[in-house]
Amino acid sequence: MKRGMKVTVVHLMDTLMERQLDEAAAAMLKASLEERGLEFAMGAQTQAIVGKDRAEAVRLKDGTEIPADIVVMAVGIRPNIALAEDAGLHCKRGLVVNDTMQTFDPRVYAVGECVEHRGTVYGLVAPLFVQARVCANHLARQGHAFYTGSITSTKLKVTGIDLFSSGDFQPADGVEEIVLQDASRGVYKKLTIKDNRVKGAVLYGDTADGAWYFQLMRDGTDISGMRQQLMYGQAHLGDAGHGGPSAVLALDDSAEICGCNGVTKGDIVTAIMEKKLFTLEDVRAHTKASSSCGSCTGLVEQLLASTLGGDYSETPSEKPLCGCTTYTHDEVRMAIVENGLKSIPETMAFLEWKTPNGCPACRPALNYYLLCAWPEDYVDDGQSRFINERAHANIQKDGTYSVIPRIFGGVTSPGELRAIAEVAEKYDVPAIKFTGGQRLDMMGIAKETLPDLWADLGKAGMVSGHAYGKAMRTVKTCVGSEWCRFGTQDSTAMGVELEKLTWGSWTPHKYKLAVSGCPRNCAEATIKDFGVVAVESGWELHIGGNGGVKVRVTDLLCKVETPEQVLEYAGAFLQLYREHAHYLERTAPWIERIGIAFVKKRVVENAEERARLMARFLASQKPAQVDPWHVEDDRKAEFKPLAKVN
Amino acid sequence: MTDWIEIGTLDDIPRLGSRVVQTKDGDIAVFRTEDDRVFAIDDKCPHKGGPLSQGIVHGAKVACPLHNWSINLEDGVAVAPDEGCVKTYPVRIENGTLRLRLGETDNKKCA
Repeated sequence: MKRGMKVTVVHLMDTLMERQLDEAAAAMLKASLEERGLEFAMGAQTQAIVGKDRAEAVRLKDGTEIPADIVVMAVGIRPNIALAEDAGLHCKRGLVVNDTMQTFDPRVYAVGECVEHRGTVYGLVAPLFVQARVCANHLARQGHAFYTGSITSTKLKVTGIDLFSSGDFQPADGVEEIVLQDASRGVYKKLTIKDNRVKGAVLYGDTADGAWYFQLMRDGTDISGMRQQLMYGQAHLGDAGHGGPSAVLALDDSAEICGCNGVTKGDIVTAIMEKKLFTLEDVRAHTKASSSCGSCTGLVEQLLASTLGGDYSETPSEKPLCGCTTYTHDEVRMAIVENGLKSIPETMAFLEWKTPNGCPACRPALNYYLLCAWPEDYVDDGQSRFINERAHANIQKDGTYSVIPRIFGGVTSPGELRAIAEVAEKYDVPAIKFTGGQRLDMMGIAKETLPDLWADLGKAGMVSGHAYGKAMRTVKTCVGSEWCRFGTQDSTAMGVELEKLTWGSWTPHKYKLAVSGCPRNCAEATIKDFGVVAVESGWELHIGGNGGVKVRVTDLLCKVETPEQVLEYAGAFLQLYREHAHYLERTAPWIERIGIAFVKKRVVENAEERARLMARFLASQKPAQVDPWHVEDDRKAEFKPLAKVN
Repeated sequence: MTDWIEIGTLDDIPRLGSRVVQTKDGDIAVFRTEDDRVFAIDDKCPHKGGPLSQGIVHGAKVACPLHNWSINLEDGVAVAPDEGCVKTYPVRIENGTLRLRLGETDNKKCA
C-alpha cells in the first residue's frame, strides 16, 4: 500500500486473526485497516491462481476473480519434521513429545519449534527456554521437572495499531467477561476470568497493560481484591509510586531507570537488542541496572517484556541459590538440617557444588544458614562474610570505615557521649552524624585504627551496634509515658528491654525494631521489621514493615497485654524469620511470599510453638551476645598492613 | 631488575583471604587461595577504586566490596561482562616466606 499498490487480503475465516482476537476486536482491526485502504475478501477460499507466464488473478471458490500482479501467501510456521519422520518418530503437526520433552522413542528428546506438546506448536523463544530447562533436568537424571505448556501472547507489529492478545477468551461455562469499549477513542479491552483468575486478554487501541495482564495470567494471581480497578490497568491499583507498564513505555530514552548506577531506558533497551539479552540476570550483568538496591527491578522487567514481546522469559520464582548450585535456598537449608552438615566445605561437597569454594553470593548465605542451624557448635567462617561483618564496621566509598556503638533504645548518658567525644578527638574522626535509628555514627576511620578505637569505647562500657551487619540493628523509641503527656506505656524501657534481648543476633537481612508509646507512633514502628505500638490496654505488635527501597506498612500481628508477652512474641517472631527467610530477604518481601497466616499460626495461635521458637532464639543468643569489638591482641594484626615497603 | 622483597609469611594471610602491602605508589593486595596459591595485585578496583583486599575471595577471583565486580587474580582482568583490569605483581613462596617484586608489572596492558 505504501508503494501505491492496491492490496486485497483473502482470508479463509469470517474474522481476522481468529485465533488471537474475538469478533469485536477483529472488526475494529478490519475497520482500521480498511481506513488505510486495505480491502478484504472474508470467508473466501482460494481455488486457483490464474495466469500463464505470471500471476494475473486469484480465483475464489465462489467464482469471483480478483485481478493481481503479485500474490503473497502466508501459511504460518510449520515444523520441519521430515528428519524425525524418516527416523520413525511419531509426528503430527510437529514432533510429538510428552511433559518431559521425550518423543515416542524414549531415547530421543526434543525441544523448540519442531515439537508438538499437548496439541500445541510454539513459535516463540520463551516456551523453548522452559522446555530446555525441563529437558536438561531429565538428561541430567534429576527427573523431577515437568513442562505443562506455556501461555503465549501476541502483539501486532503494525505502526499505529496497538493490539495485544493472550490466553483463552472464547465464551465457556464458568467464564466471566469484563469488557471496556470506547469506540470513539478506538479502545476495546476484554478480559476473561474464571475462578477469580485471568484466563485471557484481548486489548485493542490501548495495550499498555498487556504485559501486566499476561503476568497475572501466568502467575494465576487471585484478582478478587483488584477486580474493580482491573480494567483500568496497573497504574490504577494505587501503587503509582512504582510505575506501571504504561509508565515505562511512556518514558523517554534518556529517562533514568536505575538511580543507583545511572542507567537510562535507552541504555537498557540498546543492551537488550544488541547483546541479545533475555533475562533480568542478563540485564543486571551487562548494564548494572537493578543490581544494587533492586527498586527498579519491576521497571527493568517491563522493559524486557516490552522490548522482547512474547520472547521474554520471566525470571522463575523458584531459582537456584546462585550459579554454583541447582538447589534453591529452601532446599539447601533443609539439606543442612536434615543431614547434619556442619561446615561450608561439607555442605558444598554433599550438595555437589559446581565451584571449588562458591562465590560471593552463596558463601555468606551458607555461613548464615549453618550458623542459624547450629548456633552452639558452628565455627563461623570469617572469609565467607562480607567485609563489614569481618571488620565489624561499615566500609565507605574511600575504603575507610564508619563505627556506630550500640545505644540501647536510643537512650544515652553524659558518660557515653563523653566517651564518644573523646574517642572522636583522639583518633581525629572527620565526621560524626546521627543515624535514622537514633545512634551516633563516626565516619572516616582507617581499618588499622579500628581495634584501638573499639577498645577505648569498650572501656566506657559500650559494645558494637551491628550497624554493619545482616543482624538486629536498632530499637528506636519515643519517650513514652515517663515524659510524654500522651504516652500510654513506658515505650523507652520496653525498647531497651527488646534491644537487650535481641542484640547480637545474626539475621537473614538487617532487622530493625521500634516502640512507640501511643498510637501517634512517633517512633515510626509501623515501617519496621517488628514494631510495637503502646495503647492504653496493652501493646499492639506489628510485623513486616520497611521504610527503605519499597515502603511497606506493617501487618498487625496481634495485641498483647504485658511487657513479658511483648518480649516473647518478639523473640519467637525473630526466630521464625531467622529460620525461614532466604538470606538477604527482608521481613517485608518474606511476609509477602509466605503470607501473614503462616506467621500467626506459629507465633500467635499456637502457644507451644511460640514457646519453642523463643527457646531456640534464647539458645542461639547465648553464644551470639559477645561483643565483636573485643579483639584479642593476636587478632589485631589482621587489621594492619602485612608490610610497608619503599 | 628489582629485588624480591620479603613481605611476611604464608601463614600471615588466611586461606581465601588477603593482606595489604603499603608502598609509596599505593597499596598492593596479596591474596591466598584455598589451594595456597598467592597473588599480588593493585588494591584498587578498576571500577571505582574499591579496596579489593577487603573482598570475598572465591576460586582465583576476588569480588570488590564496593559494587561486587569480580577480578581475576591470575591476570588482573575483570570478569565479563565488566571491563577493566588492575596491575599484577610477581610474588613467590620460599619455605613459607613471601617475596614480592615491584617495578614492572606482569600484565603489560594494564601498566
